[in-house]
Amino acid sequence: MNIVVCVKQVPDSWAEKKLNPSDSTLDRDSVDAVMNELDEYAVEEALVLQEAHGGEVTILTMGPEKAGETIRKALSMGADKGVHVVDAGLHGSDAVATSAVLAKALGTLEWDLVIFGIESTDARMSVVPAMVAERLGSPQLSFATKVDVADSTVTIQRQTEYGFDTVEAKTPAVVSVVEKINEPRYPSFKGIMAAKKKPVTTLTLADLGLGADEVGLAGSWSAVDEFAARPPRQAGSVVKDEGDGGVKIAEYLAGQKFI
Amino acid sequence: MTSSVQRSLPTDEAHELLGLTRELATTELAPRAAADERAGRFPRAVFTTLGRAGLLGLPYPEEHGGGGQPFEVYLQVVEELAGAWLSVGLGVSVHTLACFPLAAYGTDAQRDQWLPGMLGGELLGAYCLSEPHSGSDAAALATRAVLDGDDYVVSGTKAWITHGGVADFYDLMVRTSDDRTRGITCLLAEAGTPGLSAAPPERKMGLTASVTAQVLLDGARVPAARRIGAEGQGFAIALAALDGGRLGIAACAVGLAQAALDAAVGYARERRQFGRPVAEHQGLTFLLADMATQVAAARALYLDAARLRDAGRPFGTAAAMAKLFATDAAMRVTTDAVQVLGGYGYVEDYQVERYLREAKLLQIVEGTNQIQRLVIGRALT
Ligand SMILES: Cc1cc2nc3c(=O)[nH]c(=O)nc-3n(C[C@H](O)[C@H](O)[C@H](O)COP(=O)(O)OP(=O)(O)OC[C@H]3O[C@@H](n4cnc5c(N)ncnc54)[C@H](O)[C@@H]3O)c2cc1C
Repeated sequence: MNIVVCVKQVPDSWAEKKLNPSDSTLDRDSVDAVMNELDEYAVEEALVLQEAHGGEVTILTMGPEKAGETIRKALSMGADKGVHVVDAGLHGSDAVATSAVLAKALGTLEWDLVIFGIESTDARMSVVPAMVAERLGSPQLSFATKVDVADSTVTIQRQTEYGFDTVEAKTPAVVSVVEKINEPRYPSFKGIMAAKKKPVTTLTLADLGLGADEVGLAGSWSAVDEFAARPPRQAGSVVKDEGDGGVKIAEYLAGQKFI
Repeated sequence: MTSSVQRSLPTDEAHELLGLTRELATTELAPRAAADERAGRFPRAVFTTLGRAGLLGLPYPEEHGGGGQPFEVYLQVVEELAGAWLSVGLGVSVHTLACFPLAAYGTDAQRDQWLPGMLGGELLGAYCLSEPHSGSDAAALATRAVLDGDDYVVSGTKAWITHGGVADFYDLMVRTSDDRTRGITCLLAEAGTPGLSAAPPERKMGLTASVTAQVLLDGARVPAARRIGAEGQGFAIALAALDGGRLGIAACAVGLAQAALDAAVGYARERRQFGRPVAEHQGLTFLLADMATQVAAARALYLDAARLRDAGRPFGTAAAMAKLFATDAAMRVTTDAVQVLGGYGYVEDYQVERYLREAKLLQIVEGTNQIQRLVIGRALT
């Protein structure tokens, strides 16, 4: 069974992020870049499935040159090869444009499953897996807390507010996984060394047959018109308990519409 | 954390290895060190994580599942681990020491059979030389092994054994004849050998998360096929292993001292008295400067000894000097770190009081610092 895992390089989630004043895109140079943490679960799940079913795990990323580091990290965890879509024209792509690129790239690969993390920690929309599935005409099984594959059928437990739904589809299919699904492994020292020798193919927009107007800022359906720094956090209010602390807290929570 | 350290490393591969080590130290070790030390909880799962990452067999050949790294690199990994959590850094050093007799003195068949498992990351080793009545005078050991058919039958008590009761394999230095040094033999026993058990762990003033216990041998039958080297070669094997082990202790000491220095510097920059950060009072700046110099000198000394070893040159005296200097430096630097924090240094909320308690051990294990001086002195006279 061949699996493609889509991963994204993001600014370190704990770092203070800035936007470029000129085009309202993220200033990637000002912060450390890491593999989107939620994608680590997707890589882990692919490796676990590969251990059970064999086949190859391919890592697909779209992003600037530096995003190649994220492919290497996944390869050092144990994936077999990488595909990197890199092109200056991609700068500023929104979710719709990104899904177009990923779908095209997936069209050049052989796979039974595509696995995504549930969202990226920088954009936090959770829509790319669905958009890609739609473009590919593949079934999508999202928010998985468990994935099983048997005889060309993929079955997941889909996390819901009340527990889980069981969702089933024929492969090829697109799956997105949530953090609960597993505990991602660390790369091993040997894995890091082996990763240096694994193949990574780069693809440009031209290779994918995409025009400059279909991606990047030009091809995006959404645009950022203006932005402002988040106001500093308000000082908390201290409730002094004079026998009526519970009531005061309840009033506060009701005032904030929490209860 | 020792991330402030500029390291000289021989290869890109070593840089990657240190990067992985720092990631593991930051995410898996540092967050739980204080709580596990307080609770006296041995973190077996942490060793499994390190093992799977390939950190439990670094200085051994790749053909047997080791990392193929020079000592110079392996020791800096130990330093980083010890800086985040000494019980773990020391544990990795002791495990690596326990793999040495087989790796260096085993037959090809023995190595092929057992070494991949020992270096593979799932198993943890112990090294049993000391006894209740023989510490510095290790050759006075009294645990007896008598050949009976295809087995040695072993009886006696090993004392102060790191990982005693939690290890998967034990290097046993045992007496097979009355010749003081040539009557000692090395056996590699498996955990679970009937007659091999551990006493309740010692209650220590530091490294409470590291298990130290007596290993009790009561007619334990160890197959003769598990004898490492010749009968009577055990003491030479034990001492050769300790030469490398002492460098591990030196690296632990540097990691600990660096952690204490980093904590002291961080605090002294923040804490204000007389209208400015205490770090800017020259009396304290000079103290910090002396601490940093001690740490750097200790690191240089152990690396110098390691490079001699990697070049295949005699390094025993250099290792003794490194162990002596680095552990004395760690004692001084951790004591001064408490001083830099003042009253805050003396309470558990900051880690430096723990560092001070931990440093003391390093002056005692794998040859007390008096014994190191004996070794160095002998080479001079
Ligand atoms: C936490 C911990 C973990 C340990 N782990 C292990 C382990 O895994 N395996 C193992 O085999 N051992 C282990 N040890 C034992 C350790 O190596 C011994 O404690 C050490 O060698 C000293 O022996 P001793 O405690 O019997 O002290 P002694 O030898 O009784 O020494 C007492 C004092 O006399 C001094 N002294 C002794 N002889 C001389 C001399 N000739 N000249 C000058 N001064 C001298 C010593 O320096 C010391 O100050 C561990 C000990 C501890 C505390």
